[in-house]
Amino acid sequence: MSAQHKLVDTKSFTSGLWKMNPILYLMIGLCPLLAVSSAVKDALGMGVAVIFVLTGANVTISLIRRVVPSHVRIPVFIVIIATFVTTVDYSLTAFSPQLHKNLGVYLPLMVVNCIILGRAEAFASKNNIINSALDGLGMGLGFTIAIFVISAIRELLGQGTFMGLNVLGRNYTPFIIMLMPPGAFLVMGFLIALKNSIERRGQKNVK
Amino acid sequence: MLNETNLGLIFLSAFVVNNILLIRFLGLCSFFGLSNNVKSSIGMGMAVIFVTVMACSISWAVYTYLLIPFKVEYLRTVTFIFTIASFVQFEEIIIKKYIPALYKAFGIYLPLITTNCTILAAAFLGIDYRFSFIQNLVFTLGISAGYCFVIVLFASMRERIDVSPIPAGFKGVPIALISAGLMSLAFLGFKGLFKL
Repeated sequence: MSAQHKLVDTKSFTSGLWKMNPILYLMIGLCPLLAVSSAVKDALGMGVAVIFVLTGANVTISLIRRVVPSHVRIPVFIVIIATFVTTVDYSLTAFSPQLHKNLGVYLPLMVVNCIILGRAEAFASKNNIINSALDGLGMGLGFTIAIFVISAIRELLGQGTFMGLNVLGRNYTPFIIMLMPPGAFLVMGFLIALKNSIERRGQKNVK
Repeated sequence: MLNETNLGLIFLSAFVVNNILLIRFLGLCSFFGLSNNVKSSIGMGMAVIFVTVMACSISWAVYTYLLIPFKVEYLRTVTFIFTIASFVQFEEIIIKKYIPALYKAFGIYLPLITTNCTILAAAFLGIDYRFSFIQNLVFTLGISAGYCFVIVLFASMRERIDVSPIPAGFKGVPIALISAGLMSLAFLGFKGLFKL
C-alpha cells in the first residue's frame, strides 16, 4: 500500500467514502446499520458514535503499534475499542438519554463491530498516526453516509417524514413494512444493486 | 416482564419470534459470509451454539458474582468481550486439533466468531432482561439455535439462487439481502404467536 510511505495520504481519507465504503463494498458492520436505521435521527447518532470510536481507536492503536507483540494484538485492540465504546455509552446516558435508549443494545455492541476491528487490524496497525486518523474519519463518514441514506429512505417511505418533519403530506399512506426488519434488508439490497450497476456502467465506458 | 414467563416461552421467543438474525439484525457478517454452502453454515451454526451457551453462562456468572458485588458494572463490555475472546481461542485449538477439515472450512470466520455480535448480544440481553441462571441458559440456547436454524435455511436457499438467472447488478450480495428480507417477512408472522 502506498500509504505506508507517505506521511499524509489523502487517499486514506477518501477511499472509505465510496470505493472502499465499509458498508457498500466491504459488507462489514451491517448489524447496527440495519438495526438503527428506521429513523434518521437515531441513525445520525449512531454514525457520530462510530466516527468517534473508529478515529479514537485507530489513533491509539497506531500509537502503540510498535510496542504490542503481534500474537496478542487482537485482545489489545479489542480492549482499546471497548474502552472507547464504554466512554461513548456512558456519555450518551448522561447527555442524551433518549438517544441512548433508542440505540439500545446496539451501542455497546459496537465493540464487536467488524468495521472498527477490521480497520484496526488492516490499517491502523500498519500505518502512521495521521493516516490512521484520516482512515478512521473516512471510514466512519462512509458508514454515516450509508446509514443516513438508508434511514432517510426508510423513514420517508415508512412514515412520510424526514427527521420527524412531515414531508409527504397527510394523505400519504405509510409503507409500514419499511420500518420493520424486512424493510432494512430490502432497502440495503436495492442500494447495493444500484452501486454495483453504476460501477459496471463506469467500467463499460472506460473500455 | 419476562421473569414471570416459563422457560418454553423464553426459548421460543429467542428462537423464532425475536430471531437474532432476521429480527434483531445481529451476527450478520458471518451470516452473509458463511452462507455460501450448507456444509460450512452447519459448522458455523454449531460453533455459535457451543460458544454462545458456554461463554454467556460464564459471563453471566462473572457479572452477577464479580461485577455487581464490587460495583463495577461499567466494566461489563470489556469483561464480556474478554470472556468470549478467551473462550473462542479455546474452541479454535480444539477444532484445529480434532476436526482439521472443519477448521479449514471456517477459514477467517472462526477467529471472527469473537466479533460475532450474536454472542455478545446474547450476553447483554440476558443481563438486561435480569434472567436467572437457568433462564439465561435457555435464552442463550434459543438465540444460538435460532442463528443456526436460519443460517442453514438461508444457505440452502442461496445454493439454489446461485444457479438461477438474475439481473447482473443483483448478483451476489444484493439478491442475498433481498431474500433475507423476504425470510424476515416470513418470520414477522411469528410475532402473533404469543404475547410477551
